[in-house]
Amino acid sequence: MPPPRSTRQPVPRVRTFPLGDTALLAELGTRLDTALNTRAIALATALKKRRDVRQAVAGYATVTVHFDPDQTTHDALGAAIKRLAAKRPPMEEPGRLHRIPVEYAGPDLEEVASRLNLSPARVAELHSKPIYRVFLVGFVPGWAYLGPLPEELELPRRHVPRTQVPAGSVAIAGRQTGIYPLPTPGGWHLIGRTSVKLFLPDRDPPCLFRAGDRVKFFSSSR
Amino acid sequence: MTGVLRVVVPGLFTTVQDLGRPNAIAAGVPPGGAMDRFAHRAGNLLVGNAEADASLECTITGPTLVATHSCVVAITGADFEPRVNGQPIPGWTGVFLGEGDRLTFAARRSGGRAYIALAGGIQGDRWLGSMSTYLMAARGGMHGRNLKAGDEIDVAHQAARPAVSGQTLPERLRPRYADHTLFAIAGPHLRRLDPESRGLLFGARFTVSREADRMGYRLDGPKLATSGDELLSFGLTAGAVQMPRGGQPILLMADHQTAGGYPVVATVVSASMPVAAQLLPGDELQFAEVTLERAHQMRLSLASALGTRRDFLR
Repeated sequence: MPPPRSTRQPVPRVRTFPLGDTALLAELGTRLDTALNTRAIALATALKKRRDVRQAVAGYATVTVHFDPDQTTHDALGAAIKRLAAKRPPMEEPGRLHRIPVEYAGPDLEEVASRLNLSPARVAELHSKPIYRVFLVGFVPGWAYLGPLPEELELPRRHVPRTQVPAGSVAIAGRQTGIYPLPTPGGWHLIGRTSVKLFLPDRDPPCLFRAGDRVKFFSSSR
Repeated sequence: MTGVLRVVVPGLFTTVQDLGRPNAIAAGVPPGGAMDRFAHRAGNLLVGNAEADASLECTITGPTLVATHSCVVAITGADFEPRVNGQPIPGWTGVFLGEGDRLTFAARRSGGRAYIALAGGIQGDRWLGSMSTYLMAARGGMHGRNLKAGDEIDVAHQAARPAVSGQTLPERLRPRYADHTLFAIAGPHLRRLDPESRGLLFGARFTVSREADRMGYRLDGPKLATSGDELLSFGLTAGAVQMPRGGQPILLMADHQTAGGYPVVATVVSASMPVAAQLLPGDELQFAEVTLERAHQMRLSLASALGTRRDFLR
């Protein structure tokens, strides 16, 4: 007789898709959801211990798995992932809490405020209120996707991305917020600046935030 | 350790590369490494190195190097007409350089990236487990930058066996760079393309646009329409074909962004990445869909080309 299943947590249905012949995408869901992200991070951690897995990186609700094609196949690994995902993930350790000072004076603050029918001060207040979760680190070195952003601040990305966003810019888009770690192109709305360095090339890992960490912004303006 | 090659002319964009830093992707750092892994590995094996030793990746033009100590090098990948003291030398072959010998490249005949392997490996700064140069962070390789005139290139370690020249990889075992068909597996979000666009993806000709570098190539060609909501960001891989809203696909290469939210409609198989690595702006290409089984066979067949080399050198 099979062991009784825990009924406390729904078992997420995992779908796997090939990403070429040496990687796959395991999709646990398609929603921006802390519980899904927790599961994705736990699944990536479990997968990294396998000998046939070279690297596993959690996305919001996915895990991208780079595997050794001499040791396994997409189908065999996909089956193992489904078994792993059916297990209840270990209790997540609370991520480290980072307090980040922000000068709310970004070049887009006025425009964001007027589009949202809020005062700039209210935008700053709403943005610095929640404790955000680091859903994933990626895109460019040190970039972290933080959220969920309060609904009152939700705006689509800029139509025309900037070709160069200064490092340290605090930005919002959709239900997400983040800090540009390096001068890069970017389409998010810049509402503030911080002096905290996100990309630390001489440390290993070379970034301040890790997936699962928590981030609290506070206004450093006088 | 000891400087063996002096850079007289650096070439357009010459960097130290190895097999990259796959473990850094969780920090958002691209995996990096040689764009054409086959040519990089082959060059190393031909001079008696481990495949993971660093080599020089030369883009569009080669450098001029003078041997300050005798050494063995091999030139693989693109054909830039390598010469020693003005005399043509064979590619994909270990070549002895005596003290004072001058390695030059006459002109680009085919391909975009040539590799120079040096017996003993090229010494570079190691960053996050790899000597690969990553310009954005100014780390790895030659102090995080491309080569410049006056640089001294050192040997990383004493070769395990005496360096022997004359080792060669026969032409039949090299990648068929002239055929710009990139074999690809259907991507996780292929269904976001309408049937007509799917047909175009795996049939139409695309051209590598001017926006093409080690991060990836934006492709010109028929506009492909995607549908559906924005995706939540997920981890990416080299070879992935992203489909931004504008309808111009992007083929991700070695220094690709590690995560993104554009649909991935296809992924180029590992056996076709050496061909992709040799493409330059203006080059035409087409994608051909293959199964995972076929991709597996193609990968084994390419690996066995190097396998014969490994056996031979043992």
